[in-house]
Amino acid sequence: MNVLDYTAVGLGKAIAKGETTAVEAMQAVLAQIEKTEQEYHCYVTIDAEAALARAKAADEAIAAGTLTGPLAGVPVAIKDNLCTKGTLTTCSSKILENFIPTYSSEAVVQLEKAGAVMIGKTNMDEFAMGSTTETSAYGVTKNPRNPEHVPGGSSGGSAAAVAANECFFALGSDTGGSIRQPASYCGVVGMKPTYGTVSRYGLIAYGSSLDQIGPLCKDVTDCATIMEIISSYDKKDSTSIERKDTDFTSALVDDVKGLKIGIPRDYFREGLEPEVKEAVLNAAKQLEAKGAIVEEFDLSLVEYAIPTYYTIAAAEASSNLERFDGVKYGYRAKEFEGLHDMYKKTRSEGFGPEVKRRIMLGSFVLSSGYYDAYYLKALRVKALIKKAFDEAFAKYDIILGPVAPTTAPKLGASLSDPIKMYLSDIYTISLNLAGLPGLSVPVGTDNAGLPIGVQLIGDCFEEKKLIRAGYALEQAQKGQVE
Amino acid sequence: MANVISDETIEYVGILAKLELSEEEKEAAQNDMARMLDHIDKLSELDTTGIEPMSHVFPVSNVMREDVVTNGDDSENILKNAPEEKDSAFVVPKTVD
Repeated sequence: MNVLDYTAVGLGKAIAKGETTAVEAMQAVLAQIEKTEQEYHCYVTIDAEAALARAKAADEAIAAGTLTGPLAGVPVAIKDNLCTKGTLTTCSSKILENFIPTYSSEAVVQLEKAGAVMIGKTNMDEFAMGSTTETSAYGVTKNPRNPEHVPGGSSGGSAAAVAANECFFALGSDTGGSIRQPASYCGVVGMKPTYGTVSRYGLIAYGSSLDQIGPLCKDVTDCATIMEIISSYDKKDSTSIERKDTDFTSALVDDVKGLKIGIPRDYFREGLEPEVKEAVLNAAKQLEAKGAIVEEFDLSLVEYAIPTYYTIAAAEASSNLERFDGVKYGYRAKEFEGLHDMYKKTRSEGFGPEVKRRIMLGSFVLSSGYYDAYYLKALRVKALIKKAFDEAFAKYDIILGPVAPTTAPKLGASLSDPIKMYLSDIYTISLNLAGLPGLSVPVGTDNAGLPIGVQLIGDCFEEKKLIRAGYALEQAQKGQVE
Repeated sequence: MANVISDETIEYVGILAKLELSEEEKEAAQNDMARMLDHIDKLSELDTTGIEPMSHVFPVSNVMREDVVTNGDDSENILKNAPEEKDSAFVVPKTVD
């Protein structure tokens, strides 16, 4: 078996059994990167020498018996908005072109403690603002399933790296769909956990009330295993939640009997590609055949999620990105007259167009005279959206729908019209507003061979139901192929 | 477009955002913002009288801790990231005459 064909958990087992080593796995990944990275451009930073040294250290700890666990020795890719001590962290922005964090994000610390070995940092939309990974200041990432298409975003580099076997799994972050949508476009599994489950400490903030870190990986077993490791209560993140139910791998059972699944009619109206619709409804049928109870219902308020989201996300972004001022880290303009001019020139030269667009919008909706009409209004609608989900979850265990209205668009097709790009987030963003967990699982391809994902949505803290359904779905898909 | 963003407004937002936009960027920003606000205006269709603004989905409150230093002094590495530093301090342009 080619070592690259292992899932993360499969590789962990093989390493534990002595069938391969962390160094061999890292060498295989680096050789694959050598072969395909020039075309796909999944990474912004790779330090092969350091990665191999870390793998060697992992092998030694495994041999000594001090490092055990399912992901010990497994190479991982990290999205470039997660701080990594001593390793360049740019958020794919010019303004952080030379930033070397002095500490690692808590999720990375948890992974390292479990023995996962970092390969490098993956490309993303600048500051996670975008749905295609084309707003990166360091070039676009291409979809390994078809390089004429985008990988999705903003965690496009992470999703593409998994799809291209340039890593065994990756971490991403999801503010409005940035894990689930690229996972869907690249044909991999991705999960956004319940808000507060994974510490945001060391995640460079975009929309703090919406951001959540999660895995991108080859299958649902990997997803549950990674989730178990990165979920932690962290005093350094004041929104971190202490959970006692993070034994996610216990939900890896092929049994959905009696599980109540609701399909929102509102998700299947205009704009949804027929092939996506068919694949998603087929997934519902597969779960039904395994004993789940599937019903259609009206979720309501779906069309209000996008304006609510962009108001809140832009407001939080404008506030969070104030810290990039050319004083403490990152880029500073070369020529300026005085302090304020230095701030302005630094930020204007350092940020790309999409980031500036959102900072401007956010500054406007928070400004005196508009705060009530826009920002507070959006927070009120957010409460209504949350209530609509509460009502749905009183009836259903899981909501099932598409991840995105289409498969991956062609490179260059989305950026010309920001509103159109924002509209493609329609099925994913409401989860961030309501804090809900969501799982994207591949369920087929369109006639051009581009992957289609189904989104399983759970009530807060109900990741296990998603993992159970996702696992059952995966088993059904396997049955179909064989 | 229902919303029109005046030159003064874009100037004012630029000050708030600490961004210096070129004439071309300004025009694009006016256009983009007006279109976004047209889209956001959809929210006014909903009656939200009596609905409390929801800033956080869970009933959380501030997490307090004692003001005790638990991490070590890493100022040397932190300052390495500074565009300009001198004598263990960040250097900024002169702000007072």
